[in-house]
Amino acid sequence: MTTLQLDHVSRWFGNVVAVNDITMTVGPGVTGLLGPNGAGKSTLLNMMGGFLAPSTGTVTLDGKAVWRNEEIYRQIGVVPEREAMYDFLTGREFVVANAELHGLGPKAAARALATVEMEYAQDRKISTYSKGMRQRVKMASALVHDPSLLLLDEPFNGMDPRQRMQLMELLRRMGDEGRTVLFSSHILEEVEQLARHIEVIVAGRHAASGDFRRIRRLMTDRPHRYLVRSSDDRALAAALIADPSTSGIEVDHTEGALRVQAVDFARFTTLLPRVARDHGIRLLTVSPSDESLESVFSYLVAA
Amino acid sequence: MYDPTVARLTYRALLGRRRALILGALPLLLIVIAAVVRGLAGADDQTAADLLGGLGLATMVPIIGVIAGTGAIGPEIDDGSVVYLLSKPLKRPTIIFTKLIVAIAVTMVFSALPTLIAGLILNGNGQQVAVAYTVAALVASIAYAALFLLLGTVSRHAVVFGLVYALVWEALFGSLVPGARTLSVQQWSLAVAHKVSGDQTLITSDVGLTTATVLLVAVTVGATWYAGQKLRSLTLAGEE
Repeated sequence: MTTLQLDHVSRWFGNVVAVNDITMTVGPGVTGLLGPNGAGKSTLLNMMGGFLAPSTGTVTLDGKAVWRNEEIYRQIGVVPEREAMYDFLTGREFVVANAELHGLGPKAAARALATVEMEYAQDRKISTYSKGMRQRVKMASALVHDPSLLLLDEPFNGMDPRQRMQLMELLRRMGDEGRTVLFSSHILEEVEQLARHIEVIVAGRHAASGDFRRIRRLMTDRPHRYLVRSSDDRALAAALIADPSTSGIEVDHTEGALRVQAVDFARFTTLLPRVARDHGIRLLTVSPSDESLESVFSYLVAA
Repeated sequence: MYDPTVARLTYRALLGRRRALILGALPLLLIVIAAVVRGLAGADDQTAADLLGGLGLATMVPIIGVIAGTGAIGPEIDDGSVVYLLSKPLKRPTIIFTKLIVAIAVTMVFSALPTLIAGLILNGNGQQVAVAYTVAALVASIAYAALFLLLGTVSRHAVVFGLVYALVWEALFGSLVPGARTLSVQQWSLAVAHKVSGDQTLITSDVGLTTATVLLVAVTVGATWYAGQKLRSLTLAGEE
């Protein structure tokens, strides 16, 4: 059981406050650190990983200070966002080096490479790797010493859907094993799929914390707007408005589409395809029109 | 104190293809010039001392020192890959000390060895000139490596500052301003060379051997200690 504790942590760079008085506890399981780009997620992660001193406040891991404490890395595995990683080595050489730096041998490296399923390319130079392969080798280097806390900065960036799914599965497994896994992301869906517990950071502030469903409700208990195109817009509009999950529909002639306002997000998303099928209507476009993360966040911050 | 894995990573980064070419070019140039001079002018002690002192010790050794010293850590800090060293239960001074050893070894191989070869070509080690300058290059390698490793740890523009120090301070100021010569790795190592050489008038230094030794040790130890401290509080800025 490893618990990371942030106590009134702030960090400023010159006049710019990157992280503003954040207190949080990150325990076992997968936690998502969610926030728009530039919210201070990386700064926060750097402080959690002991790579940056808080301007004020403390970061501790099971009561031990993280900053200027090399011994803490026996427990922490770090997957940085930055790409650079000794590109002149092969994947295996890189992970073996990481194992050795922990006082471990090639066996630990082989195990970690197997965990991320990178054995097939382990003897290729890292410089030839794709983004997803790099990410997995980074992951292997972070797992080599079997850490109880895993910190990942935007781990899904640039990964294709299949790689994303594999990594999610891996992280989920790590969390189920009782490790403390914290990853940052600016993409709501990623966090939704992976983390039960989330911490939301907006503009350096701790905007929300807790169970994902509760926060999701905060985010979703507001009208959602969708842009829908179908083979028969008017028939679809008539069928949708009959259900209480839809609060308003506008026929947008210039766009040639329906603008649907839904109040019950979950119900609406199951209703729409069913209604379409029942009425023999083909759905051509369904796109959330105000689902951009920033609007969700501003809503959250206001709440 | 010495970590073989850190050393291996540093060697491979330093001796990567492009950097190795730069590291190899200057020594090769010195040896070629030595061969040409020997061929045209024949063996002459004074010429040997001038060439080894002017081109070898004053120019080549500090430049090699800059490349090896800053290159042993600078690029890793620049591109952020140093995080893979920092996120390990390794004492920061161990990382610095190991990188210093590597930087010293590389500087020695690429500066002292060619100095010896060039010296042997020039006058067949007459008056101990070749050996004296080789010893000077060895001694200077240690101090330069430590100095430029520190520079690589604290500055993103380490190569530029290093070259300015090596070329402007050591070469230009050193020959114009008498006071500057006392604070010059080159002069300190010359003091050692002076002691080694057979003809005491051939190689001279503005600094006494004792002062030189004390300063060499002080600079090397001080720079290494400070670099370790700087690495302990090295901040990895996010990309935000």
